[in-house]
Formats: sequence, structure tokens, C-alpha cells
Amino acid sequence: MNEPVVRVAGLRKRYKNVNALDGVDFHVRRGEIYGLLGPNGAGKTTAIHILLGVLSPSAGEISVLGLSPVRDRPRLAPRINFCSAYVQMPFNLSARQNLEIYARLYDVANAREKIESLMAQFRLSALAKNKTGSLSSGEQTRLNLCKAMLNDPELLFLDEPTASLDPDIADLVRRQLIDFRKNKGLTIVYTSHNMAEVEALCDRVLFIHRGRAMAEGTPAEIQNRFKQESLEKVFIHLARTGDVTDASTGAS
Amino acid sequence: MKRIRTVVLRYVLIHIKSPARLLDLFFWPVMELFVWGFFSMYLAKMDVGLGARLTITLVNALVFWDILYRSQQSLSLAFMEELWTRNVVNLLISPLRHLEWVLGAYIYGLIKTGIIVGLLLGLATLFYAFHVSALGFYLIPMSVNLLLFGYGVGLFTTGLLLRWGHAAEALIWAIPFLIQPFSAIFYPLSVYPGWLKPLVLILPSTHVMESMRRLIDTGVYDWRSFFIAFGLNIVFTVLFTVFCVRMLERGRTNGQLVRMAG
Repeated sequence: MNEPVVRVAGLRKRYKNVNALDGVDFHVRRGEIYGLLGPNGAGKTTAIHILLGVLSPSAGEISVLGLSPVRDRPRLAPRINFCSAYVQMPFNLSARQNLEIYARLYDVANAREKIESLMAQFRLSALAKNKTGSLSSGEQTRLNLCKAMLNDPELLFLDEPTASLDPDIADLVRRQLIDFRKNKGLTIVYTSHNMAEVEALCDRVLFIHRGRAMAEGTPAEIQNRFKQESLEKVFIHLARTGDVTDASTGAS
Repeated sequence: MKRIRTVVLRYVLIHIKSPARLLDLFFWPVMELFVWGFFSMYLAKMDVGLGARLTITLVNALVFWDILYRSQQSLSLAFMEELWTRNVVNLLISPLRHLEWVLGAYIYGLIKTGIIVGLLLGLATLFYAFHVSALGFYLIPMSVNLLLFGYGVGLFTTGLLLRWGHAAEALIWAIPFLIQPFSAIFYPLSVYPGWLKPLVLILPSTHVMESMRRLIDTGVYDWRSFFIAFGLNIVFTVLFTVFCVRMLERGRTNGQLVRMAG
């Protein structure tokens, strides 16, 4: 549980006039669900994209499962996966066909059984033959989650995976993720704007605001530190004031 | 190999499951064939001194142009397909390597081009008494050079997409038509003014088209033109590959890649 699978030190990402990330440090331990929180534009998705290797950092050191996301991509790719509410799959292929394609790309053993099992777990079996484009946004997100679990990743990046889900399905997804973590030792880096969900799921969280890390700890520690009754109130406090003063000690 | 086969399978599935894409694949080349085929028959009837050779030359030019155009489109449209469906990040983080993706798109392009060329040659034989035997075996070396050039230009237009995203979409279709007037496709090299000829001769397609006309006129294939076109293709492929890789790196740095990916 203590071995870091993600190490980030002094991470900076600068676009022309904007610091998307400004010297962020964090690490994620094996088997942990780690939440990256912050308002829109805080730099959460930027951090995930850098960890996935699809965006280059301006400065800083990054290690994912002990490897470089860009240089060691061939060794790293089979061990990680990603799901976002904003990334989709070809619309005119059926849900099952899309999963079959990814199962081949990830060289998944017993792909057929694996696909059937995942579709059942995410309640998509009845939609397996439907074209992906005909699925609702929530169903497409669940299909993406199936894709993300196909290769039994050691590390999963989830960017607002429950953003388009109704409460029932969002709860199903959360329970599935907890099961995957429990049964397979999965580590998850998670972003969400649903603070109740973050409290229920995440072992530790990092608040990012305007590209800077503002607070890190367990949800309970963060609440105590800012003397707020919920993580949502901490979120609002930090987003509006940017004040990271520790309310319990007065220290910044 | 499995991943390359998967890329090919994926693009084939995407294509055959979309009536709009199938129509686009066959409709334009077939209509062009009819226009140029009947036009050349009309010119032949007017007895402008070229006789049946005109039909053979024009139909061949049309088929050859389609080989170049379709091979260029195969790569660029394969990438566009991923942009339209916001699937780029899924592929970029998968074990699929960039080279495997490109090779898969090339093979898919080869299949597509083969089907269209086969159809066009069949229709030309049926409607215009066109005989493939006029070019015979030499159809292969000429097609190879056109495919290579088309793939090279496809890398270039894909690089433009990586750099400018959706704003560069129109260029996928426009760039080949920038090449067409300067490739001596429907008319010989001698038509161009002297100052333009060096530019025209830089394009591998010009050498292919000139050798095709010479073969029809004399029955002799000019292997020298094959090697010149092949050499130019190597230069263009290297240049366009470097361009595409640099644009990919730039897209990775300036965030364009993830912005256009969803």
C-alpha cells in the first residue's frame, strides 16, 4: 500500500501566457484512490494528460510505475488505462466491436469472456450490438469504463467518469471501482466535481487551484484543516478565496 | 502484426458500416470516369488526330490520379476519423505504436485503392473498350510510385491536422488538388512554361504520368523515370515524416493534441 506508483515533482506546464501547472508535487501509493480536485481550469486534466504522456510538461520530474510516460510508452501502455467522460469511441461500430478492437490492441487473453463480463458488470449486455453512436452519454461513459478495465490495469486514470451518469449508475460505477481496487489492487487517479463522491471514494486528495497545489491529505484531514463540515465547503472556500491558511493552527 | 491487423480491421469496419463513407468511396471516382471517358470518346469521334489513344491516355490518367488521391486520403482521413469520434487519446495511450497506426492506415489505403482501381478499370473496359494490357506489368511500378507519393502527402496533411486541428480539415481535400495541375496528369510536361518545369519535375507524379504516356505512345517503359520518381519519393517521405513527427511533438507540447482530441 505504501509503494508510490506515481511520483510528480516540480511539475510545470506553461502555455504562452498561462501557467496551467506551477510546480506541483504529489505521489500516489499503490492501491490508493487519489483525487485531483479543483475548479474548472485548475490543471487537473492537464496533470492527467501529462501522466498519460499525451502532453509534454514544461518542467518537472514524472514517474509512472517507475517509467517515463513518453520515453517508456511501449512498456507502460499495457499496464495503465484511462477513461474520461469527454473521450469517445467510433460511433458506427457496435459497443462490443469497439471493445473487441481494444481487446486486440491490448492483447487481452480470453477477450470474449472478459468483454461479456465487463459489459455485464456495467449493465451494458443488452446494448452490446447497438451502435456506439446510439448510446446515451451515460452508456458511452460506461462503455469507456469497460474499455479502461479491459487490460486489468495496475493504474487507472479517470477524468470525471461519473459526470454524465444518473445517481443510480454513478453509484454502480463507484461500487465497481471499489471492487476492482479490492480484488485487483488497482490504483486510481481520479478527478471529479462531485465532492460527496470524492469523500466516499478517495483515500487522499490534492486540491489544485490556478495550477498550484493548495492542500493535500485524506478528506477528513482536509476538512479538519480548514474547519469545514464537508469537502464541498472546503472546495468552495479554496476556489473563492485561494486561502490555504490552516484553520486549526493558523499556519499556511 | 496483430495491432496493425487490428487497425486495418477497425478502419474496414468503420467504412463498411457507413453508407455515407461507402458512397463517398465509389461515387466520385466513378462519376469522374464517366465524364472523362465520354469526353475522350467525343474528342476521338471529332477526329483530332489522336484516335483511341486519347481515351486510353485520359482514362489511365484518371485512374492514376485516383491512386494518388486515395492513398493520400487514406492516412489523413484515418486520423480525421479519430478526431471526429474524439478517440485520439484512447489510441495514443494504448499499446498501439505510432508506426503501427500509420502502417495500418497505409494497408487500409492500399485495400481501398485496390478496390477502386479494380472497379474503375472494370467499368472502363465495359464502357470504353479499355484494355489494362495497354500498360500490362508496368502498371505495378507506376502504381507503387503513386502510392508512395500519396502516402507521403498524406503524412504531410496529417501533420497539418496535428498542428492546426480541425482548422486544417479542408486542406486534406485541397492539398492533392494543389498538386494535380502541376503533375502533368491530363496533359504532357511540354505544355508547361519553361520557368515552371523545374517545379513540375520535382513531383514524382509527373515522372509517372510522363512514363505512362510514353509507354502508350511507344510501347516502351522508361525505367529511368521509375527510379527518378522512386528517389524523389524517398526524399519526400523522409521530409514529410520529419514534418509529421515534429508536428506531433509540437501538438504534445502546445496542448493541441489533447484539445482537439476531446
